Amino acid sequence: MSATRAEICVVACAEVWRGDGEILAAAMGTCSILGARLARLTFEPGLLTTDGGALLTAEAVPFGAAAGAVEGWLPFREHLWLVQNGRRHVMMGASQIDRHGNTNISAIGDWARPKSQLLGVRGAPGNTICNPTSYWIPKQSTRVFVPKVDVVSGVGHDRAAALGPRAARFHDLRRVVTDLAVFDFGTPDGSMRLVSVHPGVEVEQVRAATGFDLVVEGDVPETRQPTDEELRLIREVLDPKGLRDREVKA
Amino acid sequence: MGVVMSIEEIVGSLESGMTIGIGGWGSRRKPMALVRAVYRSALTDLTIVSYGGPDVGLLCAAGKVRRVVAPFVTLDSIALEPHFRAARQRGAVEFTEYDEGMFMFGLLAAAHRLPFLPTRAGLGSDVMRVNPRLRTVRSPYEDQEELVAVPALTMDVALVHMDVADTRGNGRYLGADPYMDDLFAKAAGRCFVSCERMVEPGELGGPPQTLLVSRMHVAGVVETPDGGHFTDRGEGRDEAFQRHYAASAADPEAWAAFADRFLSGDEAAYRKAVRQWHEEGR
Repeated sequence: MSATRAEICVVACAEVWRGDGEILAAAMGTCSILGARLARLTFEPGLLTTDGGALLTAEAVPFGAAAGAVEGWLPFREHLWLVQNGRRHVMMGASQIDRHGNTNISAIGDWARPKSQLLGVRGAPGNTICNPTSYWIPKQSTRVFVPKVDVVSGVGHDRAAALGPRAARFHDLRRVVTDLAVFDFGTPDGSMRLVSVHPGVEVEQVRAATGFDLVVEGDVPETRQPTDEELRLIREVLDPKGLRDREVKA
Repeated sequence: MGVVMSIEEIVGSLESGMTIGIGGWGSRRKPMALVRAVYRSALTDLTIVSYGGPDVGLLCAAGKVRRVVAPFVTLDSIALEPHFRAARQRGAVEFTEYDEGMFMFGLLAAAHRLPFLPTRAGLGSDVMRVNPRLRTVRSPYEDQEELVAVPALTMDVALVHMDVADTRGNGRYLGADPYMDDLFAKAAGRCFVSCERMVEPGELGGPPQTLLVSRMHVAGVVETPDGGHFTDRGEGRDEAFQRHYAASAADPEAWAAFADRFLSGDEAAYRKAVRQWHEEGR
């Protein structure tokens, strides 16, 4: 079976939770939510996932489906306490991200009088300073991958370093997955590094969609293909309506 | 003990310049009937403390708001709240922007008469830059850790919406999430509860842990059937109407028509207009 770009992205999102064990996989965005549930159904069965609301589901449920049997309760107040507790790896979205992993979901332009008011910082400051954090960005471009974000909602490596080792000891940016590629911050100064390009994507294409100097080391591998079992789970179980294709065009 | 009041009596007891907390979360179990009454009132210069949704949007649209204190303003199924966006982009409202967890700590502090509570949330982010009055506090213990000292989010009045309440002001929620409504009730000098359905004392029913708001924190209660409309009250949101709201908000002429049709009369007129709108199958 040959996988679509959206399916490659779902699996790349799932991979961010590999090795996490028994923690909450918190996800925003279709491919990210599907990724968390796919990871739970395959290589990371200890993960906890929600129904998108306040319920921890007993099993990973299809996208948009009712919770079914429940194994726990996580209303917003408990979710916010869990952020402080730390047994959680969140995959957020970002309207802007820079080379150190600072992200913005608050406002474009001058904060005092924005050109475009977005959501507000939401939980991004707490998430990034307390929990492992990854990002899912469905459409990579130089408008999103910018030299400097307008408002720092999610804390990047330079900001964390400035806080010092004690205050930043739980800061842990893991990966960024986009429609083109996978990135991490595995460089000495925590700059963004290209980990893999999705099948059919050239490294130059990724560079062209990146508004800062991207670290590219040696030959960049391809993002892995889904297994047949992963494709079956995505297509027949988790997302039979193909909502992933609305987020990442086939 | 809470007393049964009318929407008009509750809003009539508010004053311009007040800090008003609004319960719920985003576009979920918001006290919209009370918000609509504030929208129609002569009140102005308000500070609104809220996990913001269409409550913040409507009051911004009416020019009632001097300052918004919030970690976000969203319609949930529609990410961005159009009236709040417009007000921010016009420079029409001041904004105290907190992290979601910081905001909860501010409520917890206010609810428990503490001047602040410490948290890591906010450190390193621009929340510290855009709120220059925020201070940090250093642990007096060996770790010496420096944390954000979130000031208490005290408020003059809180407005919350319950699924069921009794005539004394005890409130129960039926959905999966209490949000922070009990904290709002405790953090405010006075809390007013609206409810979908009002019962006699002792008839609230349900598991005791769903009895969220106690009459000891409630100054007045009002029955407002459909009073959470169009936000989610556990059985879902009126998504079609929310889309109509958001689409209208994006255009001045369409908004004038929306306001004329739905917001120019009292709550009974609103309910009737919404019913008719649905019957038209729009």
